[in-house]
Amino acid sequence: MSTKTSEQLEAEAQHLLASFEGKELTRKERLAIPQQEMPAQDPNERRFTMSEVTYGYSEAQARVEAARCLQCKNAPCIEGCPVRINIPAFIQAIEDREYNQSISIIRETNILPAICGRVCPQENQCQEACTVGKVFKDPMQSVSIGRLERFVADRARASAGQDAPAVKPETGKRVAVIGTGPASITVAADLRREGHAVTMLEAFHRPGGVMVYGIPEFRLPKAIVDEEIETLKHMGVEIRTNFLVGRTRKLKDLIAKDGFDAIFIGSGAGLPKFLGIEGENLVGVFSANEYLTRSNMMKAYDRERADTPIFQPRKVAVFGGGNVAMDAARTAVRLGAEEVNVIYRRTRTEMPARVEEVDHAEEEGVRFHFLRSPKRILGDERGRVVGIECLSYELGEPDDSGRRRPVVIPDSESVIEVDTALVSIGNDSHPLITQTTPELETNKWGNIITDDTGRTSMERVYAGGDIVLGAATVILAMGEGRKAADSIHRELSGT
Amino acid sequence: MNRILAKQQLSEHVFRIRVEAPLIAEEREPGQFVIIQLDSNFGERIPLTIADADQAEGSVTLIFQAVGRTTRRLAELREGDEIANLLGPLGRPTEIRRFGRVVAVGGGIGVAPLFPILQALKEAGNHVTAIIGARTRELVILEDEVRAVADELIVCTDDGSYGRKALVTKPLEEVCSAEPAPDLAVAIGPPVMMKFCVETVRPYDIPVMVSLNTIMVDGTGMCGGCRVTVGGETKFVCIDGPEFDGREVEFDNMLKRLDAYREQEQQALENCKIEEMHR
Ligand SMILES: Cc1cc2nc3c(=O)[nH]c(=O)nc-3n(C[C@H](O)[C@H](O)[C@H](O)COP(=O)(O)OP(=O)(O)OC[C@H]3O[C@@H](n4cnc5c(N)ncnc54)[C@H](O)[C@@H]3O)c2cc1C
Ligand code: SF4
Ligand code: FES
Repeated sequence: MSTKTSEQLEAEAQHLLASFEGKELTRKERLAIPQQEMPAQDPNERRFTMSEVTYGYSEAQARVEAARCLQCKNAPCIEGCPVRINIPAFIQAIEDREYNQSISIIRETNILPAICGRVCPQENQCQEACTVGKVFKDPMQSVSIGRLERFVADRARASAGQDAPAVKPETGKRVAVIGTGPASITVAADLRREGHAVTMLEAFHRPGGVMVYGIPEFRLPKAIVDEEIETLKHMGVEIRTNFLVGRTRKLKDLIAKDGFDAIFIGSGAGLPKFLGIEGENLVGVFSANEYLTRSNMMKAYDRERADTPIFQPRKVAVFGGGNVAMDAARTAVRLGAEEVNVIYRRTRTEMPARVEEVDHAEEEGVRFHFLRSPKRILGDERGRVVGIECLSYELGEPDDSGRRRPVVIPDSESVIEVDTALVSIGNDSHPLITQTTPELETNKWGNIITDDTGRTSMERVYAGGDIVLGAATVILAMGEGRKAADSIHRELSGT
Repeated sequence: MNRILAKQQLSEHVFRIRVEAPLIAEEREPGQFVIIQLDSNFGERIPLTIADADQAEGSVTLIFQAVGRTTRRLAELREGDEIANLLGPLGRPTEIRRFGRVVAVGGGIGVAPLFPILQALKEAGNHVTAIIGARTRELVILEDEVRAVADELIVCTDDGSYGRKALVTKPLEEVCSAEPAPDLAVAIGPPVMMKFCVETVRPYDIPVMVSLNTIMVDGTGMCGGCRVTVGGETKFVCIDGPEFDGREVEFDNMLKRLDAYREQEQQALENCKIEEMHR
């Protein structure tokens, strides 16, 4: 990551742009254009603020980056995109300065581009497949598709506000959509567009799912999610918060008593996993979900105004290597922790977190301990955390899948002194609906089983997103939502 | 939504409110609770047990002690005001069946959650002995209501200002050792009281159901902040509870967890005082 300021990056981009503007570029010339870096807040400053870390490309930077695209005939990037955005076409539109056209192309298949541009794991998707990355043998050198997506989406947000999509005449059919995460948002928008009445039912007091309670402000400003929710409301989608399906109403009663014609379950993977090790219930041990919910949704970072307290960390251990772990670690940094240690059982290359988040965490002073895993959490006589005992691992022989599994090194115990431990080893599917609806078939992990159209074992009941996939991603949840919306629409319209 | 239909002060710090909540009134069963939040932006979410419900009116009754930030603010609301967010009913309902003879202890504000359970146990054909206790006369609540439901009622206060001068464990011990022995004990109240009730009952080898009021955030199973160790396993009070067999609950760990934010909250209070002094 660079230490260049936005001004420097802008000057460089302007300079480059002037050098090739109006010229027909050859493949070789395009490949020679340097990748545009993302302007970001200074790491030393952002440690103290929740505001977004990255600023987004300037227009000049976006145009330079767009010029790196080779407009491949076979467009492997599209194959890599879970919702198959026509990537070369939207990038070409940026090169042509046709930003409205560019956003329209994206919106054909992705209704949340400002969000996806920020949180998608592009290096495992479109950018992994990109020809430019292949040429440099480094996916991090690919065309920065995600940053470009964010650029056009932010530009559209800033200029027109958002036009709510047109809604077809009322069909008289009513659909209940459970949850308000990305899967549910997609279903609600798609079905409302077709003229069905849509009611979203959300357990929390605020809609948005993980995007508001989990992913922190410094990575995804809540205002963006709120805009998407507002768009749904403008389309006539009803949103009922403080409604826990399974308790406020049984799932079956939504059909039997409330007369909904179909139901979509997008209740997510909200059940935090714990390690089951000694000391896990000591004071100072939190699930990342709890820590993040307190900070994000309950705004506990705003100590002046928020009523919800949050544990003041001094030295922190974070268990896990995914996005959740990075978010927990970086939140702890911002809450004033002196030292934040990420403990991960494998090595850096296996970390499931987005590369950018790992880099950002490192820049913010987070320490990484690879090939380590907690054995127990140590407490004092007041039941508070004073340290963690870890075991060290080494990579063993490759297993059947070719991955080298970590193997514990005997007698390798060591102690790290901490007062806070954040457990971020993953989430299981939210159990309440399935527990209270025995008719719904689930697999051994508690995920709802659907066919490839999103249909569950119960008539007129569909599901998608993390509740089906297990903890996955925003874009996969949206893809699932689109598929389910399509089959719900077909069922409701009898086609 | 969530309008306060009636409000009544039961003792110096204890209030009873009836809140418009038709869906919750329809679905709720004894033992369940709600989560309330008074300000959608900066308010905290706190659990309160449903003390009663009126399906015809579409309302639930909440009884609370104004001790924390949120409950104090709640106590300031008037009839006609609305509670910004009200989620429920939460938690598993109490297991209600015919056990035979039941002894049920309610301590302080704990009588409020106990009351609907007593009603249901009585309706299911149990013989119910109720013990309600408080620090002092002023703090005894719902005595008439409990008297109307229970077969026997023992009231005690710590200072002897009303009823027997005793801690609730004393009459509990007597009831447990008498013949016919109870088949089930229930204890709801301050955590320390529940802990001692469990120890009192343990030698008699009867189940003792307690209702835990741990720190909560969402109340729906998403944070694990409410977790306790029960029978050596981690349980989430909001979805696996709130009721457990007290003999399996690790009260000492729970008590410490309840104190997790005490220092910070005291610090906040201190800061306020210092600020005031400077002004
Ligand atoms: C901290 C964190 C960071 C992440 N970072 C990324 C990232 O960078 N990139 C990425 O692509 N993905 C990321 N993810 C994963 C991503 O957020 C999820 O895969 C995605 O949000 C799943 O969407 P969903 O619609 O299935 O459910 P969710 O977003 O989980 O929404 C489910 C909603 O349903 C509600 N609900 C649950 N049960 C009920 C019920 N019974 N009744 C009513 N409502 C109910 C919940 O309150 C919630 O609002 C992250 C996840 C976390 C936790
Ligand atoms: S693979 Fe890369 S270079 Fe080729 S069209 Fe897609 S984004 Fe452009
Ligand atoms: S209160 Fe969050 S899981 Fe119980």
